[in-house]
Amino acid sequence: MAQLSDDTQTPQGDAALPGDGLREGIIDTLRNDIGDALIDTLLKPNDDLWVRVSAESWLATGQALKAAGFTYFCFLSAIDWLPSPFGNSQDDPDDEPKKIDMTIKQGYTGGETRMQVFARLTDIDRHVGVTIKADVADDNQVVDSWSHLFAGANWHERECHEMFGIGFNNHPDLRNMYLPGDFEGHPLKKDFPLLARMVKPWPGIVDVEPMPDFEEAAPPAEEAAPADEAPAVTNEAGVDS
Amino acid sequence: MTLTDRQQLSYIASQAADARLNVELETEGMTLNIGPQHPATHGTLRIIARLDGEQVVWAEPVAGYMHRGYEKLTEVRTFPQVTALVNRIDWLGSFANEVPFILAAEKLMEIEAPPRAQVIRTILFELSRIANVSLFLGDLGVQMGAITPVFLAFRDREYILNLIEGATGGRFHPNFDRIGGLKDDLPKGWIQETKGAVKKLEEFCDTIDDLLFGNEIFQSRMRGIGVIPADVAKDYGLSGANARASGIDWDLRRDQDLPLSYDLADWKVWTHPDGDSWARCWVRLQETRESCKIVGQLLDQVPAGPIMTKVPRIIKVPEGEAWVATENPLGEMGYYVVSKGGLGPFRVKIRSASFNNISIVPWALKGVYVPDIITILASLYFILGDIDR
Repeated sequence: MAQLSDDTQTPQGDAALPGDGLREGIIDTLRNDIGDALIDTLLKPNDDLWVRVSAESWLATGQALKAAGFTYFCFLSAIDWLPSPFGNSQDDPDDEPKKIDMTIKQGYTGGETRMQVFARLTDIDRHVGVTIKADVADDNQVVDSWSHLFAGANWHERECHEMFGIGFNNHPDLRNMYLPGDFEGHPLKKDFPLLARMVKPWPGIVDVEPMPDFEEAAPPAEEAAPADEAPAVTNEAGVDS
Repeated sequence: MTLTDRQQLSYIASQAADARLNVELETEGMTLNIGPQHPATHGTLRIIARLDGEQVVWAEPVAGYMHRGYEKLTEVRTFPQVTALVNRIDWLGSFANEVPFILAAEKLMEIEAPPRAQVIRTILFELSRIANVSLFLGDLGVQMGAITPVFLAFRDREYILNLIEGATGGRFHPNFDRIGGLKDDLPKGWIQETKGAVKKLEEFCDTIDDLLFGNEIFQSRMRGIGVIPADVAKDYGLSGANARASGIDWDLRRDQDLPLSYDLADWKVWTHPDGDSWARCWVRLQETRESCKIVGQLLDQVPAGPIMTKVPRIIKVPEGEAWVATENPLGEMGYYVVSKGGLGPFRVKIRSASFNNISIVPWALKGVYVPDIITILASLYFILGDIDR
């Protein structure tokens, strides 16, 4: 084989892995560049970094991060934080309809609006990524387009526009990607019903498969279980300790 | 003059020629429609290309003929049920689609699969990659009129599919990964059989290397065609072999810390400086070989122990957000999972590799000749289910 790849490999191991110090540096860089527009940050140790910026500085944030080395565009999308008024559509249709708490509660780094756009950029050389979020005002669901900054954002914004109804200033071509041009509504919004489930309700309760060693660990109550094998996995809310 | 300059110049020349012809002869360019059911497009992708003579002036892919709305559907499923959906995103490497979602759920629950499950996961992950990319390597020939490689690919992929079926019960859609481990242990004799099959696949790679990559026609159709420089590739979010063929040394198997067993094996990330169609195919060929190496080494290192960690009978994932991406056969595939503490996810953003890889097509096809449309599309390698989701 005449054509060979370069043999250099970046060193493996902890030295090449992203550190939290690096992530803190990114927060500092952003604070320098966009100032008060950086509303909130969340750094989960050894995990990931989230930042929330104002919608007006959405483009400036992208520019600042690109200048700081985040040249790899990963994705861009939106979240609708409204709880679904239709529940998870898995309830028995004969039961009383459950009351759904419609309070909007945002996730990491908080938020003030129902809709948020979020995107992820990666620094390939330093092996670190950052998730950027921005609130989109309910009465003016528009942010600046990143498509001139990251060419890959073009299609992601088109998708986001048709699925969530969020507009992008200066986007070259916001046609629908998937849906017919005259389609009404934005399917990924929480108040858009999943029509397949409206027509035919979910057939029965949730099917949960017992885990292989579950029955041994949690015998039925009438059986005299040895004291040292007391069921430790009955806590349904989380992992057993 | 670099190849990129040449490509740009040819584009400019084509624009000028178009304008001149329109003025002098009052002719118009031709619009060529490829697909959605053209065999060269691997499914239902449609390409609209505006031609000036033999050159493409402007091209645009039209996706969406296979959109199944998985992001919406995940919101009405429980966490364990989602794997059945995401299996069908990249249907040639189905198991690889399940892994990042399960890892994201495990990250939110703060649990980890036992070592045995991690190694078996990695083996099945790499077998999916071999099954996926071997079909790509066979299919490459078809795009240029060589029929033999595709038969070899279908024959040899069958060894891998049989193994996946043997272990999981499903040839194409294993649905085998569970939060906290795997559904079942490996059947008796599976490890030995896999060793044999991996050898056959290594031979298949050698055959393809001889048949295709050493072929003069193949080289002249591929070399210097469809060059994508590294900065453009990053801009568009190209990942996987497409990025590595442009000289970007970036592989999520190596460059991030996930509970998968890649550090147990000795392997290499291949890159290529050229960024042309040939480089993309060549990197994929080398990757298949590396995958065979990884599987071969991991088969000797499957530890004893349980395949499932203790999880509650009804899985509720704690409130939080997690992003997990893995290096899938087509490139970076990730899930941004938002949980509100319920039985199912609140929102799942599926970042699939082909969506970004195909969004570069309008850029990459500018100024190329009509027959090169097919080879560039083939070398970018996409699966329709992975674009539309």
